[in-house]
Amino acid sequence: MNYVDLFRATLPETVLECAALLVLVVDLAFLRNSALRMRAAMAAWLGVAGCLVAVWAVYAASPGAFSAGNDLLLAAGGSAAVAQLGILVLTCFALLLLVDSGFTRNPGEFVAVVLMSAAGGLLISAAQDLLVIFIGLELLSLGLYILTAFAKKSGKSAESAIKYYLFGGMSAAFLLFGFSYLYGISGSTNLQRIVLGSYTSAAGATPLLYLALVMIAAGLGFKVAAVPFHLWAPDTYEGAPAPAAAFIASVSKVASFALLISITAAGWHFLDVLHAVGRMTITAIPPGAPRPHGVLGFRYGWSLILTVLAIASMILGNLAALVQVSVRRLLAYSAIAHAGYILLGLAFFSPWGDRSAQTVLYYILTYGLTTIGAFGVVGVVERVTGSDRMDAFLGLHKRSPLLAAVALVFFLSLAGIPPLVGFWAKFNLFAAVLGASQGALPFTLVALAVAFSAVSLYYYLQVLKRAYVMPAVDGSPIRAHPVTLAALWVIAAAVLLLGCFPSLLQGWIAGFYPAG
Amino acid sequence: MNAILPPAATGFGILTLITVVPLLGAVVALFSGRHARGVALFTALINLALALVIWTRLPADGGIGLVERLAWAPSLGIEYHLGVDALGALMVLLSSIVTLMSIDAAHRVHHQPGLYYGLVLTLESGLFGSFTALNFFHWFLFWELSLIPAFFLIKLWGGPRRGPAATQFLVYTMAGSVALLICFLAVFLATGSMDFGQLTAMAQSGALTEAVTAHLGPVMFWLAIGVLAGFSVKVPLMPLHTWLPAAYAEAPSPVTMLLTGAMSKMGVYGLLRIALPIFGAQIATMRTPLLALAVITVVMGAWAAAAQKDLKRVFAYSSVNHLGYCLLGIFALAIPISGATQTNQAAALNGVILQMFNHGLTAAAIFWFMAIIQMRSGGLRGIDDFGGLRKPAPVLAGMMGIALFSSLGLPGLNNFVSEFLIFRGVFPLSWIGATISLLGLLVTAAVLLTVIQKVFTGPAPERWAAFPDLHHSERLALAPVLVLMLLIGLVPQLILNAVNPTVLNLLAHWRF
Amino acid sequence: MLAFALYISFAGALLQALLPKSRPGLARWLALATTIAGLAIAIAGYAAAFGQGRQVLVDVPWVASMGIHYLLAADGISRVVILLTGIAAVAGVLFSWNVELRTNQFFAFYLLLIGGVYGVFLSFDFFLLFVFYEIAIVPKYFLISIWGSTRREYGAMKLVLYSFVGSSMILIGLLAAYAASGAHSTSLIALAHAGLPVSFQMWCFPLVFIGFAVLAGMWPLHTWAPTGHVAAPTAASMLLAGVVMKLGAYGCLRVAIAVFPHGLDPWGFTFLGLASWRDVFALLAVIGIVYGALVALAQSDFKFVIGYSSVSHMGFVLLGLMTFNQIGLDGAVLQMFSHGVIAGLLFAIVGRIVYDRTHTRQFADLEAMHLSRRLPFAAWVFVVAGMASMGLPGFSGFIAELQVLIGAWTARPWWTIAAGIGIVVGVAYTWRALQRAFFSDRIPTPHELESEHAHKLAPITWPEIAGVALLGVSTLVVGLYPRILLGAIEPAVKALLGGVQ
Repeated sequence: MNYVDLFRATLPETVLECAALLVLVVDLAFLRNSALRMRAAMAAWLGVAGCLVAVWAVYAASPGAFSAGNDLLLAAGGSAAVAQLGILVLTCFALLLLVDSGFTRNPGEFVAVVLMSAAGGLLISAAQDLLVIFIGLELLSLGLYILTAFAKKSGKSAESAIKYYLFGGMSAAFLLFGFSYLYGISGSTNLQRIVLGSYTSAAGATPLLYLALVMIAAGLGFKVAAVPFHLWAPDTYEGAPAPAAAFIASVSKVASFALLISITAAGWHFLDVLHAVGRMTITAIPPGAPRPHGVLGFRYGWSLILTVLAIASMILGNLAALVQVSVRRLLAYSAIAHAGYILLGLAFFSPWGDRSAQTVLYYILTYGLTTIGAFGVVGVVERVTGSDRMDAFLGLHKRSPLLAAVALVFFLSLAGIPPLVGFWAKFNLFAAVLGASQGALPFTLVALAVAFSAVSLYYYLQVLKRAYVMPAVDGSPIRAHPVTLAALWVIAAAVLLLGCFPSLLQGWIAGFYPAG
Repeated sequence: MNAILPPAATGFGILTLITVVPLLGAVVALFSGRHARGVALFTALINLALALVIWTRLPADGGIGLVERLAWAPSLGIEYHLGVDALGALMVLLSSIVTLMSIDAAHRVHHQPGLYYGLVLTLESGLFGSFTALNFFHWFLFWELSLIPAFFLIKLWGGPRRGPAATQFLVYTMAGSVALLICFLAVFLATGSMDFGQLTAMAQSGALTEAVTAHLGPVMFWLAIGVLAGFSVKVPLMPLHTWLPAAYAEAPSPVTMLLTGAMSKMGVYGLLRIALPIFGAQIATMRTPLLALAVITVVMGAWAAAAQKDLKRVFAYSSVNHLGYCLLGIFALAIPISGATQTNQAAALNGVILQMFNHGLTAAAIFWFMAIIQMRSGGLRGIDDFGGLRKPAPVLAGMMGIALFSSLGLPGLNNFVSEFLIFRGVFPLSWIGATISLLGLLVTAAVLLTVIQKVFTGPAPERWAAFPDLHHSERLALAPVLVLMLLIGLVPQLILNAVNPTVLNLLAHWRF
Repeated sequence: MLAFALYISFAGALLQALLPKSRPGLARWLALATTIAGLAIAIAGYAAAFGQGRQVLVDVPWVASMGIHYLLAADGISRVVILLTGIAAVAGVLFSWNVELRTNQFFAFYLLLIGGVYGVFLSFDFFLLFVFYEIAIVPKYFLISIWGSTRREYGAMKLVLYSFVGSSMILIGLLAAYAASGAHSTSLIALAHAGLPVSFQMWCFPLVFIGFAVLAGMWPLHTWAPTGHVAAPTAASMLLAGVVMKLGAYGCLRVAIAVFPHGLDPWGFTFLGLASWRDVFALLAVIGIVYGALVALAQSDFKFVIGYSSVSHMGFVLLGLMTFNQIGLDGAVLQMFSHGVIAGLLFAIVGRIVYDRTHTRQFADLEAMHLSRRLPFAAWVFVVAGMASMGLPGFSGFIAELQVLIGAWTARPWWTIAAGIGIVVGVAYTWRALQRAFFSDRIPTPHELESEHAHKLAPITWPEIAGVALLGVSTLVVGLYPRILLGAIEPAVKALLGGVQ
């Protein structure tokens, strides 16, 4: 255990925490008497600056994996780095949405909580140990509960926060319970050791392992809002203030899926793990050794659970979204559906290389980006019309052509229309699924997913229909804060640009992985 | 697929010219409003001149002359292949005469005259095109092209029940067209050719039947039936005639002139140019039932005419009857050609071709008179509406009398020659058919005499006391037609001299 | 060079979106200039490469990790459909001259759609093709739902969902093919030569074919077509019938048939008399021909007649594709062109020339209007268009349908007979529409005459005449001199057939 190493490895998190404190101090000490707008802008920009420093830190600390003894605690590079950078960038955008919203009188606290939550996200993105995972998750989640309840004047906000908190607490309990089983089976809290343990010991193939996996899936399914652990999502998305909802919908999703990638990759790349761990502790496995049944058990069990979650999420998310009248709830259900697609990518994880991890990250990052944009639009509309109903969007193209144009880009991207980035994300993901596993089941599931994207077009078009087709009830123009508008335009441009040149992001992601 | 003969690249010539001129005239007429009639007359005169030029430039051996042949769509066997022998040239001549007569007759088109004359000229172009085509596609193009203007001429300028009449006309003829198209599609599939000359040659050598049977099975017989049906509708052959009385009666008389004078010839022409040369052998096997139908057409046409109260319907059925002679001649001569029969077949064929011309001329003239009478009577045309017109309108009575006598086959007038030739040829070939058909001849005569009697003789009702006679201009316009009838009646060699070599040439290439 | 048609259209769309709303005139002229430039490029590209084989226009790596190339190329078939797109695009602008509502947005969506269509016809990378295919779908939704008429939102949504479901099937099929081929390339040519196993082709072919055939209006997946056509504004229905349905047919040929030719092979067993996918789809095509025609015969809305006639005519394209022989495929491609032009003309008459003046499309109302007298231009243009539509010789439809029928006869004679029935019914519904809409026999009452006199219909404008002339001349020229297109189609089809055998 080397604390310098620990410091280097957790440099980004540290930067974020410092930034959070800085924001609090600046807000409370220097800006007490300033206008709320000023305070909000200051807090947001400081938060953005903190994130940017953290981005630098991620790059600076890139070789800094951290191990305690022989056990890897925090990974570096690869999926962890990509997810961390994604979290930081998305946090920036979510913070920028704060500038335009007036739900709170304490913007400094809001930004601080956001940054702390993001720090939790960074932690779980890299975590390779059950304890670190749990700590990171709780850090992330506690922040989210607070953020949800942040609109103190809104009863809905409080209600949804309570719901979120109760469900969250329960799922954390499940997760912890599952972790304890894993520890009991393998005698370690390290992911790689657990996988190895389930390989080397006969207990690895016992039903207990599956029970543990189900528990963990329940805990993490809650985080990514997978059916049947999704119940909090519509209420939270609807009740939380727009920047908070955007943060929950993007950053927390990225972090949670990064964690799922870690777990899944550990289970799938057991040969790599074997190799790595073996180099450290165990002598080489003799060639021609019998097939390791236990590990296969882990893999298939996990895969089966993810598949079930994926199917349920795709079906329920898409179908429920069809009947929504609130755009936020619609986005919530669509988020559930997207989670279903991504879980499909994880369920049929490529045993070779990092292709699956890359495509899942590609998907979740671009999805997060788009969804922040969508919430930004909703936030602006909501601030002016006081409603997040679809009818609030009536005649948007007339009331604010620029906002309508970005809404068009975001919703079509969510629906997966080329040349927007959402299409590439889906394409990559499905191609990876089919590339990873041949056979009727993955093919059928991909077909189902693609078919449901067609369904999803229907509800996204419901919003666009109101924005573009139907006449406005109230023709007064909608004005958005220039910063918000600029942020939304940057996001929209990114969605379009990354859609036209998908290699940019793909190449960037691939750059974090060892070549080959 | 058989290779298609490389097109002997000859350029466009007078046959293209005569087909294009009326189309151009139609376009001009369409936009010249009240002057449309002048444009149309002028165009029709040019066409008549061109038709005469064509008539004089026919090859002496009776073969196809004035050939124009260009590549068009080779993969479909489509060539731009035009040419005429005396048969085609005579029909071109007839069409140009009848069109001219029709335009002349229709000088009171108040409603959209530009359109009317445009359509008439388009129809003329269709006639020319189909009488000069030697490739199925080209022929079919103009066959259909003539149909559309005819439909609208009936539809827009016809009598009170014009709508159903026009539709019936269109549906029948279209159905015939589809049958023709399908049959030729089949032939093309089997042979890779749509050229009439090539197909005739193949039919003569028997290669056609072999090819069709090899490609499509034993369908040659059915193809022949389809082709026959397609043409028979147009002529018409009973029982495919039911569209005709309504169409002829409802169409304005000048249009009826075109329908009966020229368009009905397209059917007969098709039988001679297409059906007999290509499906001769199959037609020969069906000769007896076909002959029976022709006889029925002759006789029933005449009887039906006798039963009509409407003058136009009378003449309509009498047209059926007259064209029935053509069909009689055509089907009668469909027996293997031998030295013994050849003279009779040649006589019948000469008669058929001449009858086509004569009937066209006479029927057009009669309907022209009908147009004149209707104009004066305020649209009345019942056989019992008139009487004693001889007194107020002696010239009309006289001139129309000539036309009617020509129609009933009075010696010295044109129809006599052709009908005589037909019977002269048919008697030895099928004496039963000829004999029964004579009945038709008699009934027609009776019908037409009744018409003369009821319309022109007898007591004149009060209201027709001032029935205006023919104007000078009308007399002047009608006189040449009547002179032509007389001329052909007296000197049929004028036409037969040119037709006979073609007849012999045709018979030499047919195989039954 | 042809690639610039694509760029110009997208650039035009962008420019339109940036135009001020207050200048509809500018938007119109700009749209006209854009589409004419596209047409000029299409013609020049067509003439320059007449009868030549496939030419690669652009080939740059796009997504290197997946072997996706930005690969634009054109062969004779593409050039013909591009020519059609150019013609239809210009005509569509001309017939949209009276769009006053959000003019610049209208043309922005319009040009986006055109650009997408050009893109599909030029793409030889399935991925790129798919991207353009999807780009073409979305503008349709807005064109119809914003500027449309009868039940426009329903029609638009139905159309888009059908298209999207179809494209989902294509995507799945292509993903599977990409995964199965193992080749690190998404080029159509590479996939066609990847030697995909026959059993794989056997199930992947119908998936992709049906996906494309949805847009081509294959029975029973055609139901979007009539409602979509009816709901769409004139220009959009012209493009829908004229070009978008061709996207489907083109995809069937270029992707489904060319990449999975063995999908047409016999199954090795017979089910209900059907022994291969070819039989199945040919049966559906024939049903579409006859069904579309019969339903068109029973419509009381003028535009529905044309809408169902599109289904019927597209049946010929699909039937031609299923003949899988030279002449049948020639006919199918020619029919794409022919139907594009003719349907465009018919929709222009019904939607723009008649409906915009009479504000009704019900035959019962039109009958009382005596349009042959009051709108002789419309009446006679419809006569010509109707003649072209029912396949009279001298118009492009005749040659095209003839070739399809010949091809079908060579393949399976009974297809021809059934399709022939469709033609006959086609004559019937066209004439019925003609008679009821324009040439009704009703004698006008004096009162009607008075009101007619009082409410004169707006005179025909020059864009309408220009548009009619463009489309009419196109079908006539091709009908009279089919070699002008067949000269390009035949070698391309030959190469395609040679490539797959």
